[in-house]
Amino acid sequence: MSVKLGVPSKGRLMEKTFDWFGARGVTLGRTGSEREYAGRVEGVEGVELVLLSAGEIPRELAAGRIHLGVTGIDLVREKLAQWDMQVEVLAELGFGQADLIIAVPDFWVDVETLDDLDAAAAAFRRDHGFRMRIATKYHRLVRDALREAGVADYQLVDSQGATEGTVKNETAEAVADITSTGETLRANHLRPLSDGPLLKSQATLFRSRNAAMDGAERRTLERLRDLIARG
Amino acid sequence: MTTLAQDTAARAADLAEAARLRALFEAEGAVPVEAAILQPAQTLLDLYGEDIRARAYVTSDALRGEQMLRPDFTVPVVQMHMADGAEPARYCYAGEVFRRQEEDEHRASEYVQAGFEIFDGANPPDADAEIFALFQRILAPMGLRTATGDIGILTTAVSGLAISDRRKRALMRHIWRPRRFRALLDRFSSSAPLPAQRAALLAAEDPFAQAGPEIGLRTRAQVEERLESLRQEAAADPIPAGVVELIDAVLAVREKMPYALEHLRDIAVDLPWIGPALDRLEARGAALARRGIDTEALDFEAAYGRTHMEYYDGFVFGFYAETRPDLPPVATGGRYDALTRQLGQGRAIPAVGGVIRPGLIRELGGRT
Repeated sequence: MSVKLGVPSKGRLMEKTFDWFGARGVTLGRTGSEREYAGRVEGVEGVELVLLSAGEIPRELAAGRIHLGVTGIDLVREKLAQWDMQVEVLAELGFGQADLIIAVPDFWVDVETLDDLDAAAAAFRRDHGFRMRIATKYHRLVRDALREAGVADYQLVDSQGATEGTVKNETAEAVADITSTGETLRANHLRPLSDGPLLKSQATLFRSRNAAMDGAERRTLERLRDLIARG
Repeated sequence: MTTLAQDTAARAADLAEAARLRALFEAEGAVPVEAAILQPAQTLLDLYGEDIRARAYVTSDALRGEQMLRPDFTVPVVQMHMADGAEPARYCYAGEVFRRQEEDEHRASEYVQAGFEIFDGANPPDADAEIFALFQRILAPMGLRTATGDIGILTTAVSGLAISDRRKRALMRHIWRPRRFRALLDRFSSSAPLPAQRAALLAAEDPFAQAGPEIGLRTRAQVEERLESLRQEAAADPIPAGVVELIDAVLAVREKMPYALEHLRDIAVDLPWIGPALDRLEARGAALARRGIDTEALDFEAAYGRTHMEYYDGFVFGFYAETRPDLPPVATGGRYDALTRQLGQGRAIPAVGGVIRPGLIRELGGRT
C-alpha cells in the first residue's frame, strides 16, 4: 500500500503546496481535467495524492484515513481534541499565514486589549441585559483563549461567513476571525486588539499518529522525510 | 475495552449505590426529587457564561431552542425550590449527569451522582455541619482525605477594602479566576504610571478624533462612560501593599481547623473587617464538633475550591482518595447562598448541598 498525502483541493493553498513539494524534488499534480480530484506524485515512490477540502484534512488525519496532510494549524486546533496526541507537525510550510484575532469597532477607543474587552463586556451585560456577542466560526479556539485570558460575560455567536459584517448588522458586538491582511476589517470599521493574535497560523504538514503503517509505507515516509529535511 | 456485560454490571452497581445513598438521605428527612435531563441552556449560560459550553453537552430543537444535558442537579433543584418550595426544606436525588470532556479522555462524560441539598436559614453553620457530618459518616469506611475551605473569607476580605465600588465589583467578578484576580489586585495596588498611549487617550480633548464611525449596539455614550471610569481609576489611590500582603496571607492559610482559625484571627488584627467571616468559621467549627467531627484533625485551606467550585460562596468541602490522585473527588459540596439569589427572582435563602459519586466508590473498591 502507499502513503496517503492529503492536500487542499483548490486555490492558492493547493498551488503553493505543489510548489513547496516541487522545490524538494517531489512533483505533485492533478491528473485529468481541472474538475477531477485525483492526483499524481513523481519523485518518490509509493506516495498517493489525495485532494481534499482543507477543512476536512484534520478529521481525515485524526481518523487515520490519510498518513500525511497539509492544512492550517488553526483548523487542526479547532477541530481536534488534544490535537498534539493525534497529529505530529512535520514542517511549517511558510505560506497561508493567518492570525486568529479579536476585532472591535474602531470607535471603541477604550478597548485596546483583552483586559479592556473584559471590562467592556461586564458593563455591556449590565447595560443591555445580555452578554456581549462575539461572532466567529472558531468556537473552541476563541473560548479557550478567552478563558485563558480571564475574559467573562461574553457569548459566542456562530458566523460561517461575512463575519466582519455582523457588528454593523447588530447581530454581534465584536468578531473573532482569521485575518491575513486586515483590509476587510478596516473596510468594516473594525480594529484588532493590540495585544496580539489569539493564535498565529500557517499551512503545516502534519503526520497522523492514528494511521496504521506497514513496513513499505514506513520506508516511504522515511524517504519523504529526508527529502523534506533537505529543503 | 470493556464488554457490554461489564458496562451493564457497572452501571447497575452505580445506580444501585446511588439509590442506597438517596435512601440514606431520605432517612435524614430529605424529600426525593427528580430533574429533567434536558435543561434550558439559557439559565446555565447566564450563570456560567460561555465556559459552560466546554463542559456541558449542548443540543437544540426548533421549538425549545438550545438545551443542555444536565451537568448537575443543583441548578434545577434550586430553581424548583425557589419557584414553589416551602422552607425549611431538604431534598435528595440520584441520577446521571453529563460532562463534556475535551482534554482528558479518561474522565467520564456521563456518571451517576447522589446528592443532598439543605435550604434552611435558621442556623447556617449547623446546616454546614449537618451535611459534612452526614457525608463523613457515609464515607468513613473508605478512609478518604477531607479538604475544607471557605470562599466567604476571601469575599469578605475584598468587600471591606477601602477601594471604589467599581474596583470591588471587578475583583468580586473574578474571585474564581485566581490568575485574573491576582492581575487585578496587582494593578489596583500599583503606583506605576499608565502606558503612554492610554495616558494620551485619557487626556485627549476629543478621544474619538481618529476613530471610525459608531457601529453596533455598544453606544458612544457607553464608550465615554468607560473612559470616565478609566480616568477615575488613573486618579485613584493604590491599595496599600500591606493590605495586598494581608490578603495573600489569608489565602495562604492551610492548617488544621482550630489553628487555621487562630492564624486568621491574628491576620484579622490588621484586616479587622474579616471578623464576621471568621465568626462564621468559628461557629461552623463548634457545630461540627457538636456533631462529632474531630475538628483538631480537619484540614482547612482558605484558598480551597477557588478554581473549580464557582457557585459556592461560603463553606466548601471535598473527599479525596489519597492513593489515587488521578481521580476526581469522590464527594464535593458547599454553600451557595448567592446562587439562590440569582435564580430566586428577588428571593434568596441560605443553602448548602453536596454530591457523592458512586462510580468512584466502586472504582476504589470501596463500600460505604
